[in-house]
Amino acid sequence: MHELSITESIVNMVSDEAKKRNVNKVTKINIVLGELTGFEEESIRFYFDVLSEGTPLYGAKLDFRKVKAEFKCRSCGMIYNRGNFTFKCPYCGSSGVLIEKGKELYIDSIDVE
Amino acid sequence: MEIKIIKDVLEANNNIAEENKSIKDERKIMMVNIIGSPGTGKTSFILKLIENMDIPCGVIEGDVASDIDARKMAERNIPVVQINTGGACHLNANSINKALSTLDFEGGILFIENIGNLICPSDFELGEDFKLAMANVAEGDDKPYKYPLLFSKAKAVVINKIDLLPYFDFNKQYFYDGVKTLNDEAEIFEVSARTGEGFEVLAKWLKKKYSEYVQGK
Repeated sequence: MHELSITESIVNMVSDEAKKRNVNKVTKINIVLGELTGFEEESIRFYFDVLSEGTPLYGAKLDFRKVKAEFKCRSCGMIYNRGNFTFKCPYCGSSGVLIEKGKELYIDSIDVE
Repeated sequence: MEIKIIKDVLEANNNIAEENKSIKDERKIMMVNIIGSPGTGKTSFILKLIENMDIPCGVIEGDVASDIDARKMAERNIPVVQINTGGACHLNANSINKALSTLDFEGGILFIENIGNLICPSDFELGEDFKLAMANVAEGDDKPYKYPLLFSKAKAVVINKIDLLPYFDFNKQYFYDGVKTLNDEAEIFEVSARTGEGFEVLAKWLKKKYSEYVQGK
């Protein structure tokens, strides 16, 4: 459900950008999406088709670059991704800390005709 | 042709959140965004907490529908505004902006009871001073692992219904480890809104945060 307002923002922001640059057709929108955000790719695609109708964005491909959250082990210092039900370091089994990565949600670029 | 944009999708919301921050700072309000699942006990928690506070407190109640929670606050003469989102699963900065304009309150702590949900409310900044994440013994010890964004952003984490500990397999160590991995600075409090256990400690901490907030202004 909360992807609705996010998709609205994407459509509005890219439409503004297209207008500013006199672009008639946006063919692709490149989005960076962190693993920790609660946003789901498929829902954004679903809303996008409905919301972009009648804009230069209609029919544009949505490309998501996923960013995984990264943790740093407090003991051995290795950088690692999480397991399903654990945040422990897969190398030595100690606890780690979250590095500021995985919270991204931004429009990186657009492809236009 | 590719055009670089690099713009935060939540920019519009974040701009209004910044505006909310100035509005509430002018009124010397410390704003706490309370996020937890439905039934975790957010309303009872707020009521019990306010009983333990000796500084003015107000509440913004967010619900999909109804004013049941707001009435509970109003019965106790707590300044309150109800927001009904009509289906939306989170409060956004705009709804808080409107609520702030109708709420007659200044010089104290304003609790925002967000929509019962551990996912969506974590993404939307409201202009709050900090987030308080709420879990409870009955819903299990795996919440930090399943909803990492919330616990990574919260300054305070509350485990409610702590009186139920003897009846559930809630592994406190597992819960604490999860929170500390995501957020080393989070303060964790164990409370029971039913028995009142743990509220004295939490109220003391909040009062300290409020006086730091006022001194910082």
